[in-house]
Amino acid sequence: MRYAAGLRSRLTLGVPAGLALLLLVVPLAALLTRADWSRLPGDLATPTVLPALRLSLLTTSTTAGLCLLLGTPLAWFLARSEHRVTRWVRALLTVPLVLPPVVGGVALLMAWGRTGLLGQHLAPFGVQIPFTTVAVVLAETFVAMPFFVLAVEGAMRGLDPRLEAVARTLGATDVHYLRTVALPLVLPGLASGLALAWARALGEFGATLTFAGSFPGRTQTAPLAVYAALEQDPQVAISVSIVLLAVSVLVLGVLRGRWLR
Amino acid sequence: MRRRRPRGLGPAAYGIVVLALAACGSPAAPATDTVTVLAAASLTEAFDQLSADFTADHPGVTMELSYGSSATLVQQVNHGAPADVLALAGESAADPLDPSAVRSSTPFAGNVLEIAVPSTNPAHVTGLGDLGRAGLKVVLCAPAVPCGRAADATFAKAGIIPSAVSREVDVKATLSKVRLGEADAAVVYHSDVVAAGDAVTGVPIPEAVNTRLRYPIITLTGDPSAQAFVDYVVGERGQHTLRSFGFTSP
Repeated sequence: MRYAAGLRSRLTLGVPAGLALLLLVVPLAALLTRADWSRLPGDLATPTVLPALRLSLLTTSTTAGLCLLLGTPLAWFLARSEHRVTRWVRALLTVPLVLPPVVGGVALLMAWGRTGLLGQHLAPFGVQIPFTTVAVVLAETFVAMPFFVLAVEGAMRGLDPRLEAVARTLGATDVHYLRTVALPLVLPGLASGLALAWARALGEFGATLTFAGSFPGRTQTAPLAVYAALEQDPQVAISVSIVLLAVSVLVLGVLRGRWLR
Repeated sequence: MRRRRPRGLGPAAYGIVVLALAACGSPAAPATDTVTVLAAASLTEAFDQLSADFTADHPGVTMELSYGSSATLVQQVNHGAPADVLALAGESAADPLDPSAVRSSTPFAGNVLEIAVPSTNPAHVTGLGDLGRAGLKVVLCAPAVPCGRAADATFAKAGIIPSAVSREVDVKATLSKVRLGEADAAVVYHSDVVAAGDAVTGVPIPEAVNTRLRYPIITLTGDPSAQAFVDYVVGERGQHTLRSFGFTSP
């Protein structure tokens, strides 16, 4: 009796758990089985794929740089304030996190487009953002920055408040304290935030397509190239997907110390 | 004392979920009174009208329409998308289609390329030659979709290298960049310019360099209602509707 009940309870949990695993693993395995490894180097050297990979590397690195430069100070302010406004800002930050990316693309067009809120004031100076590599970076930063800020903020909250008090008695300014005490201590959080933001930027599709368009070498990033290739030569799409999958696994490796212990 | 086992979700409940999922996923033959049509993006407005007129005459029939680039639709059918009718922009778009899926194919409409500019025409585009002007923002369809391939052919014939800033997924996405005022010009179909009304202005492309497409309508199942819809589109009333949306006879 006891054994049967145990088995039943095992099944009750084991069957859905197994299904969940299958739902996640089967598509990835299918991608790998459909890969034509001998064709891989040739597929990656096609005239649209190589510029797409290069563009993705360039734009995601720029995005990561922007996150580091602009996001770190924002995380710093969020981490040390319990003000009502701070809580609103934090809530606002999570919106791009859950927003459908294509909606982000439309919003970016409304802001930076030729007739947009900011774009209409830039146009007279000959500055037009849509359809440029800058637009790709803006789209990627829009979706990636929240990941970075929230990760770094979490790490900064974990700091011992006495450290700052001590630093202050020694006459340290905010910038000085941040540079010499706080940042070295939150380095792991910073690194994982950066890896998360970078991976999210690499995967960006909807906002880029809507806001930056798709042009080889200029705005066609690797995911857009996968989509374009699927209609022309699905094998090329599979080859590029394998590369992106490998990169994603690599990023996971970077994050390992933090989450996969 | 025995504790009562909670009687919530047992294995049976999961069985139901699995069955439900299987039912959703199975490409079972569509119910006889539902006709599923996959149509090229350029046919959006015309087919919305055609299906509304058709259901008015056939009250028992429900039409399900889905639009996209012909290249996407062909891939969907090859991967088993349950559809009764497939309408493509140009006969070459059907080349990658799995031949065993095709029951019949009939040309039903013709279309030519046209330049669409914002109604204010900020870049003063007056002809195809203007699209090679440096700094102009020209949007074209992706090279893999029919309108992109046709545009490439036309530019090659005219000996012009367009100042393209984006190659969009289908003709409506291409047109939308002009409607939003983000692009100075787009190469789309004449029918798209007609369907957009006042939102855009059309600039004709000379016949000598233009690319003409013959749209085929393809039946994928033997569904009688689907055949009735195809007959309606090919018939006199359907052709009249198509002409009012800027299509020519095939």
